[in-house]
Amino acid sequence: MPQSLSYLRETASQTAGPYVHIGLSPGAAGFDIYRRELGHDICGPNARGERIRVEGVVIDGMNAPVKDVMLEIWQANAEGHYAHPEGGGPVEEGFRGWGRVISDFKTGEWGFDTVKPGPTPGRNIGRQAPYLNFWLVARGINIGLHTRMYFEDEAAANARDPVLNLIEWENRRATLIARRDDSGAVPVYRFDIRLQGEGETVFFDL
Amino acid sequence: MKKPGEFYQRNRALHPPALTPGYKTSMGRSPRYSLISLQNSISEITGPVFGPADIDPGDNDLLSNYAQPGESPIGERIILHGRVMDENARPVPNTLVEVWQANAGGRYRHRNDGYLAPIDPNFGGCGRTLSDETGYFYFRTVKPGAYPWRNHVNNWRPAHIHVSVFGTGFVQRLITQCYFEGDPLIPHCPIVQTIPDPDAIEQLVARLDLNATIPLDTIAYKFDIVLRGRRSTLFENKLEGN
Ligand SMILES: [Fe+3]
Repeated sequence: MPQSLSYLRETASQTAGPYVHIGLSPGAAGFDIYRRELGHDICGPNARGERIRVEGVVIDGMNAPVKDVMLEIWQANAEGHYAHPEGGGPVEEGFRGWGRVISDFKTGEWGFDTVKPGPTPGRNIGRQAPYLNFWLVARGINIGLHTRMYFEDEAAANARDPVLNLIEWENRRATLIARRDDSGAVPVYRFDIRLQGEGETVFFDL
Repeated sequence: MKKPGEFYQRNRALHPPALTPGYKTSMGRSPRYSLISLQNSISEITGPVFGPADIDPGDNDLLSNYAQPGESPIGERIILHGRVMDENARPVPNTLVEVWQANAGGRYRHRNDGYLAPIDPNFGGCGRTLSDETGYFYFRTVKPGAYPWRNHVNNWRPAHIHVSVFGTGFVQRLITQCYFEGDPLIPHCPIVQTIPDPDAIEQLVARLDLNATIPLDTIAYKFDIVLRGRRSTLFENKLEGN
């Protein structure tokens, strides 16, 4: 018998189920319990860079909105730094870069306010175009799904982006690029996520 | 200089696949294309950092965090405790652990739960805490009840507590469910059975822990959580780009 490797095994994922709000967003479940819920303020008041809004809906394989989804956002600041000891550099006071948003129970629409991130270092393969990391869970999703949202108005950077270019099917790259709407006071990026079927969003194994 | 590198690749064989027909809702909510595999960049090795200012000390006590003064929820009083570790068996300190659950009758305090079991006026059903420097965490709560759900008409969820945990990198993010030793509903549950590996299911079952029980007061169950581990050496390819 050779020696055994003494690694532990990762705990298995289970669906967040329909009542994820109780634990992670109890105000939405219909009751107030915590002094402060987490994840409502992504960038804080001092963040530099362009203030933006991001909106969307998650759509299932029957083309229906997913009304019980929870999304988390992880992003760099306008300088491309993450609020983390290994995040590449300092961030503004109050900038956390992490957010949590749930969909409307009736329409499935969700949205949040933040700042547009800067480009971040890639992995030996050039700088990455700006993007937001997304992680989403819901009833019927057995393990959280990772994806990224890129910005329509960063066409040149997107064209060079090492991750977008890794996606062999050029038409699928478009599923990660949010459309920009400048008609309101704040630019709004529209990012619909399709879990299955035509136009299925690209999800990552990270 | 040595610094931690990538997270170990996730062993997908331990996790449920996206498409699991026995759990019907997964049919329409499972991506059909393969996931695109990426090596870690700075976005993956970093993740949100939480601290004591984010939460209150009583947030991990579900026996009292929603109860009227002098009252407490109905049900079997339990301590749920354990450690957050990584695959290298190293503790994951200061990480946010959040839980939610039904009350002792199997009813959730949620506007969308219409099960006929009653709401408990003294039970909210959610809690949160930070692991300490050894990765240790604990909650006080009541043991949740089993409840029926619409999948097949006679499906019952085993008693379970939903658990959400962060780790240090966004790719360690995990939501799972904690079950209880000896529950006869576990092998019948289509959600449990989405996990193909029997040992991975066993790892979700909290053990009765008499050593942690408070005599004449509260019974204890132990639930350890293992997140993905990291290489301890530099990236083979430099992380920073050109
Ligand atoms: Fe549940």
